[in-house]
Formats: sequence, C-alpha cells, structure tokens
Amino acid sequence: MVEKTPLLDFFTYAFLIFGILIVGFPIIYSLIAATLPLEDVSRVPMPLIPGDQFMVNIREAWTRGDLGTQIFNSFVMASGITVGKIAISMIGAFSIVYFDYRFRAAAFASVFCTLMLPVEVRIMPTYEVAANILGPLQPVWDFLHMDGLLSWFAGHDVEVLLNWSLLDSYTGLILPLVASATCTFLFRQFFLTVPDELCEAAKMDGASPMTFFRKVLFPLSKTNIAALVVIEFVYGYNQYLWPLLITTNPKMTTAVIGLQNLIPQADDLPEWNIALGAAVLVMLPPILVVLFMQRWFVKGLIEKEK
Amino acid sequence: MIKRSFFKSSYLPYLLILPQVLITLTFFYWPALQGLIQSFHLSDPFGLQSRFVWFYNYIELFTDPLYLKSIFITIVFSISVASVSLGLGLFLATMANRALKAKPLVRTMLIWPYAVAPAISGIMWLFLLHPSYGVVALGIKRWLGINWNPVLNGADAMAMITMAAAWKQISYNFVFFVAGLQAIPKSLIEAAAIDGASPLRRFWTITFPLLSPTFFFLSVMNIIYSFFETFGVIHTVTQGGPGGSTNILVYKVYQDGFVGLNLGSSSAQSVVLMSLIIFITFLQFRFVEKKVQYTG
Repeated sequence: MVEKTPLLDFFTYAFLIFGILIVGFPIIYSLIAATLPLEDVSRVPMPLIPGDQFMVNIREAWTRGDLGTQIFNSFVMASGITVGKIAISMIGAFSIVYFDYRFRAAAFASVFCTLMLPVEVRIMPTYEVAANILGPLQPVWDFLHMDGLLSWFAGHDVEVLLNWSLLDSYTGLILPLVASATCTFLFRQFFLTVPDELCEAAKMDGASPMTFFRKVLFPLSKTNIAALVVIEFVYGYNQYLWPLLITTNPKMTTAVIGLQNLIPQADDLPEWNIALGAAVLVMLPPILVVLFMQRWFVKGLIEKEK
Repeated sequence: MIKRSFFKSSYLPYLLILPQVLITLTFFYWPALQGLIQSFHLSDPFGLQSRFVWFYNYIELFTDPLYLKSIFITIVFSISVASVSLGLGLFLATMANRALKAKPLVRTMLIWPYAVAPAISGIMWLFLLHPSYGVVALGIKRWLGINWNPVLNGADAMAMITMAAAWKQISYNFVFFVAGLQAIPKSLIEAAAIDGASPLRRFWTITFPLLSPTFFFLSVMNIIYSFFETFGVIHTVTQGGPGGSTNILVYKVYQDGFVGLNLGSSSAQSVVLMSLIIFITFLQFRFVEKKVQYTG
C-alpha cells in the first residue's frame, strides 16, 4: 500500500464483504430454499434459517426431473466437447505451424473465421444439417447420377436417399461444438514460442513428426491443456441452445435444459424448494471444477480470450 | 507464420487439419451458406415449395414493427447488462486489488458465479424476483414503493433478465480487471502518491487510462455475451414475454424459425445477426487492437 488511509481501508473491506454477499446471495439463498419444506418456502419472506428437508427435496427432484440420466448426459457432453476440442485444435495447430503446404494459410483462415459464426446466428440451417448430416452430399450424389449407376449394377431401379440423423444422440450433442477457433489460435501462438532448436534436434535424431509431437510438444503444452480443460468443461456443461434444439427425448437431454420442467408455473404448487434443490445440484459440478482448479481457470480464461 | 525449422510430408499435414476443416465445413460454412440462400427464398411452412424472392424477406423484416422493437430491446438490454457488469466488476476488482489481507479468498468468492449456467442464473433470479414469493421483489415493493410485477410489466421483466444476465458476467469482468490491474507498474502509482494525488484521483488519471485496453475488450465481449449467450436466460425466465418486451434478436430467430416455422424470415434474421457479429469482430481486430496499446 502506498500510504496510510485507514478510512479507505475500512471501506475497501466493507465494500468487498458487501460485494461478496451480493454476488453469492442468489446461490446461498437458493441453497437455503432447497432445505425448506413447501410451506416455509412459500411463506413471504422466506425464513433464512436452513431447514432439514434438503435430502427429501433433492430426492424428489432427482426422481421427478430424472436428474441422474440428465447429469450423466451433461457429463458425457462436457467431456466429449473438452477432449474433442483440445485434440482437434492441437493437431490442427501442429499442422499449421510445423508444416509447409499449399493450403496452410487457407486452412488457418477458414478455421479462424468460424469465430464469426456462433451457433446462435445459424440456428435453423445447422439444425437441418444435424437432422441429416449426409444432406450436403445428396446434391453431389444426384449430380454424379449414382442412382443410375447403382440401378445398372442392380438391374432394377434404385433410389438412394442419404440420411443419417444426429438428433437425440451424443454425437449430435458433441460433434458440432468441437471445432474451435480460439483453441486452435491459442495452440498456434504457443507452438510459435517453442524454440526452433527443439524441432531441429528432434529431426537430427531422426524423429518422425508424430514422435516429435508426442514426445516434445505434448509435454510442453500440459499447462495450456490443463487451463483449456477447465474452461471447456464449464463451457460444454453449460451449453443451452444446441442441446435444446437437437434433443427432444428427455432421456437424451442435458441437466441444464431439464431444469426448465421443474420450475413451478402459475397453476402449479409453488414447489420452489424442489426446483432450486435441483438447480443447486446441477450447477455443482462446474462450480467445483472452477473452485478447485482456480489457477488453471483464470489462466485459461485470460489466455483464451486475448 | 511458420517455424524456421519444419517437417516435410506430403499427406500428414492434410490429415492433421482434416477433422477441423471437415467440422467447420459441415457445421459452420454449409449452414451459413444455406441460411444465406434461404433468406432470399420464400417457402411454405411444410418446406414443400420455395421460390426466389430477392430481398423480400429483408424488406418485410425491416418494415416489421415487431422486429424494430426487438432491435431496440436488444440494444437496451446489452447496454444495461454491459454497464451493470462492467461497473460492478471494475469496482470489485479495484477493491480486491487494494485489499492487503485475504486476497486469494476474496478472489475465490468473487469468481465462482462464473461457473453457473446463464439458464440456472435465470432460475435463481426468477425466484428472487418472483412477484409473490421473491424476497428481492418484496424489498422493491416495500422500500421503493414500486408495484413490481415482471409477469405482466415489460419494463420489470427487462430489469429481471438484465439482473440474471449481468450477475454471472460480473465475475468474468472481475477476472480480467484484476489481471489488468496487476499489470500496472506500482512505481507509477507511488510517484503520483508522492506528488500528493489522492487515491480517487490516482484511479482516474493513472489506473483507469491504463486499464482502457481491458475495458474496450471487455465491452466488446459483454456485448457479444448479451447479444448471443443470454438465450438461456430468456428461455427459462420470460420466453420473450410479456408481450414481446424481452424478445431479443437471438430469441426471435429461434421463435420465428423453430416455433413459428417461418424459414425465410428466420434466415434473413440470421443473416442480419451474422453481419453484425462480423462487423463487431472486424471492429475488435482493426480498431481496438491497434489504437490502444497493451502494456505489460
């Protein structure tokens, strides 16, 4: 501290405690609500002393919302996106930085421009692609008159409709979200700072590109990977729009979407204790990840966005 | 840029970039192109027929009072979310930077809401601001004397989604402001203090100008967030209501396309949003990165 300012110091701590309370208030309040029986939670104002109904409410929410299945789905989706994103962008960046080939610049530009196409601006057409991922190939198929060729082979008329739907599947939840411009860019920037001598030494020792990648680049990237794991897990777990579009079967949907069904509507019993119990449970995994891996989280957040 | 020392292979680099390119082509460029084509077509709700109509969808869109209202709502919403979350984030970061004791604890306690999904934040604020059960709503009614009812009143509903959307963004801004504050050399602040500048004056003449790159960057990120990522908040809390008063552009695309099955209009709206985000990205790279110097 530069100078002694007792009054300002006092206000600093007062404001900080106030800020922490304000920021934490919705979560703490929901946690309290989740421990109360129905008659307490619907009293106005709700008592601030936690009740003893937490397990009862959670159990009710668990069966009513089928949370077991949905949290499992969320985990599959988040892990799939995390692993897929990091793997794909790492080898992509490796290709862009360590090889010289004709379409290098074009490949990088095409990956980088996806930054400007978040799923929110192409809702309908992306849904159509997911509903039939082979759709884009149909015109090619028709253009080449493959039907005619097949008919000639088979000796009778054949019509082929290419159809492979990703709706209500883990592939559909994960695959469209694993392309990432920011991750590729991050790995590219990192690979550019790796000393050239390492690559020269590896080549001199007769290492193949993939050996170099496995034995040198991968170990060097560990901190970056850890930081991205935290960020991408939270990102994947909290996805909303895409799972909402692509899943109709409640068995395949994710927990964040499923919560919607537990919110009491105007005509229902005001069972906010159950809705908020479920909400607390569902938001727990990413909060734990951020709390326990805070150092990686902050590093990842700052490096990824800049 | 490429390394001075690189590998030679005729097939490997293509193989390595292939997954990335395949996914971007299938799920990014092809749909974007389809959207662009559809926006010039008019089709019936069953998708059986469609014909080329030039700019009909766009003209319809920009003469539709509901769409113009949605643009206005989105602007109000994003400016409110950005100012609330930037203001509180900066304030708390400055305070946390001043604190001598318990710094890590303070930081942890202010960072964790970032992990909460916007939709869940929406559910919690829906309860806090519920006209009959919410404790914050009760406070507003009793102390401010406002007849609070977000279920019926559009302005109240807007305030509610702004709170729900801005709340978790405070943590995000906090992380970046703390990092920005730490990059400011202590010697500058000390020199100003020796010259007799008060803490407040030091903040406005030294800290804030040096934070301006962070501030610009965060403004852009917050606007992108409130334009696109707040979909979950709207969908859980208000569903665009009451009377379309919280129907921001992204939610309208979803409603018109997915619920209303008006493909042409929805695609035209998508293209408008696409142009907008291309413009913002361009601005970010051309303008912000070059005009403002990053230090440290």
